[in-house]
Amino acid sequence: MPWTRQHLLTIEELARAEIEQILATAAAFKAVLGRKVKKVPALRGKTVVNLFLEPSTRTRLSFEMAAKLLSADVISFDADRSSTTKGESLRDTAQNIQALNADMIVLRHSAGGSPLYLSKLLHIPVVNAGDGAHEHPTQALLDVFTMREKLGDLRGRKVVILGDILFSRVARSNIHALTKLGADVTVVGPATLVPLWFRALGVRVSHELRSALADADVVMLLRIQHERQAAGHFPSVGEYTSMFGLNKTRAAWLKPDAIIMHPGPINRGVEIDSELADSGRSVILQQVTNGIAVRMACLYLCAGGQPEHVLAPV
Amino acid sequence: MTPLWIENGRVIDPATKRDGPGDVFVADGVIVARLTGAQKKRAKKIDARGLVVCPGLVDIHVHFREPGQTHKETILTGSHAAAAGGFTTVVCMPNTSPVADHPGTIELINAAAKNAAVRVYPTGCITVGMKGAQLAPHGSLKKAGVVALTDDGLCIQSNELMRRAVEYAKMFDLPILDHCQDDSLTKDAVMNEGTVSTRLGLKGWPHAAEDIIVARNIILSAYTGAHIHMQHVSSAYSVELMRRAKKDGVNVTAEATPHHLALTDESLGTYDPNFKMNPPLRTEADRRAIIAGLRNGSLDCIGTDHAPHTPTEKDREFDYAPNGITGLETALAVCLDVLVRQNKFKLSRVIDLLTRRAAAVLRLPAGSLAPGANADVCLFDPEAKWTYDAKKGFSKSSNSPWHGQQLTGRVQTTIVGGRIVYRAGRIL
Ligand SMILES: [Zn+2]
Repeated sequence: MPWTRQHLLTIEELARAEIEQILATAAAFKAVLGRKVKKVPALRGKTVVNLFLEPSTRTRLSFEMAAKLLSADVISFDADRSSTTKGESLRDTAQNIQALNADMIVLRHSAGGSPLYLSKLLHIPVVNAGDGAHEHPTQALLDVFTMREKLGDLRGRKVVILGDILFSRVARSNIHALTKLGADVTVVGPATLVPLWFRALGVRVSHELRSALADADVVMLLRIQHERQAAGHFPSVGEYTSMFGLNKTRAAWLKPDAIIMHPGPINRGVEIDSELADSGRSVILQQVTNGIAVRMACLYLCAGGQPEHVLAPV
Repeated sequence: MTPLWIENGRVIDPATKRDGPGDVFVADGVIVARLTGAQKKRAKKIDARGLVVCPGLVDIHVHFREPGQTHKETILTGSHAAAAGGFTTVVCMPNTSPVADHPGTIELINAAAKNAAVRVYPTGCITVGMKGAQLAPHGSLKKAGVVALTDDGLCIQSNELMRRAVEYAKMFDLPILDHCQDDSLTKDAVMNEGTVSTRLGLKGWPHAAEDIIVARNIILSAYTGAHIHMQHVSSAYSVELMRRAKKDGVNVTAEATPHHLALTDESLGTYDPNFKMNPPLRTEADRRAIIAGLRNGSLDCIGTDHAPHTPTEKDREFDYAPNGITGLETALAVCLDVLVRQNKFKLSRVIDLLTRRAAAVLRLPAGSLAPGANADVCLFDPEAKWTYDAKKGFSKSSNSPWHGQQLTGRVQTTIVGGRIVYRAGRIL
């Protein structure tokens, strides 16, 4: 089946087969990353613009690395340097970038739905690098890629997402990816950050850590933002950690071969014990490495590449 | 002035309980029971075959943006949109620039209203600058001609200030119209809080924020006896609060918008800002409750909350687009569709909600075809199918969720004070 999408906007709109295509393409690129010469010529002569209107060093670096390994030219716009701080609209900024002959835009934006808006406006591909609390598709793809490496088929696997679910685009994209791949997903955390509305997305909602973690294959932790405390979502970081932080005792409730994930950056000692983050069960650094292969796959496919044609190194 | 003889139509006038074939006569700007022989000879005959003839529609909630935001709408263009939609009387909200918290601003509005195609009544602000801190000069505003007081778009958060406002305004017999929203519950909110906002990752506006203020207003009305009107009720719980308050005889009224009758938050899946307004579209259960509230009288009337914005303002990220949609040109067709065709309301009931009952909320001299009434008349074809092109409409703005949609029911002629102001797609 050929890849037909020009844009990667959400996981929600992808069919299971499309997710499989991206993962298979990412696996091919990962094999390339293991070689001495890691660069492939797939996007040679093309310019990828990273339009990051909300700061995110990690995701931007990962996309830059991915584009460079595909031999693309990369230009990155940061929120603080960009003209949007001078009041230019997203529409004008994006149309200018297109007029500069960019071949693709990777957009990070604080407003949900803005990649969709941009995709309707432009004729070049738009890849969503995180839109508000909506979706972060490449993060979910690298997460399920990592889970499959460790666990194989995800059907019937029990995945727990723990933390600030309400404001998390990572949680939403993972929920869609995991349910499409047949996993059994529970979202856990304080009721203020894990509202029951999430049931409509096909997941279990829990506010009790022990039963949620029991026999889980994966626990994915989300970063706790201190500003949620000010807004009254929880009383204090200390209370959060005492109720929902992952420590050794609680990690013992998981399946013996369960893995611990985190999209980063980690608050050591808040959502996870520092030791646990560095333990053999943690796959946090593998996630980062896989992120490059997955983003290579996404850029490659949206630029018109086909899964079966992943190119040989230069 | 040429007398008018509107013949062969189906005359529906809830104020006089007329519903049937008949003629409507107009002389010297008012409705008359019959024309004299001399008047008959001079009269212009209007053939209303196949049309409903009803009082001109009344909208107690429009934003005409003048003074200060005339790039969005003017009193003239807004009045043209009103006439094209069959409305002959509209009430303007005071969130202009400057806000209408001063009699001088009301005079500006009244001056512009003289050239309008329909009757335009101003409202004044409840508080200075709509800042919710200090009462505006209600007495002077009344003298300048306001028909009600409101900080629409903003809701007075202090219960004490609201209590004083309704007590003070009651002296001048001025109703208070409140946009019911507890701001502490809706910080940064852009749509209804629920499963759809959860899916879209947009910040939710819980209906509880409306319900709390509706309850507060009912309590303050019961306590002071003052008339408080709830603008654009959007939640099922608020409808139930209104039902109980009315049963208890509390002096409160409420309106519903055509968009809350017709649409739900499910429409927001494409992040289209033309579905963004405040209060937001809510759930199917809320929509059903509003329809039921209009049926059983918990809600008094329909008001459009016609809120024009330019394409530049609306065409952007959903989070950053302003709230509001236009509504005057589509209201009748939408109400006919949702209430008459889908929910089997009697046509006369829907006309009542758009005429007599809307006028009654603010005691405006409108909404009746009784002899002696202002000759404000709407002729519409309830079966006419048409496609609404908002860009070719009469409003200066085109931010409508019904743009490009096929609608059924179209205004054919609008008469204000015995003068034909709109006919067959043209402002006269
Ligand atoms: Zn309002």
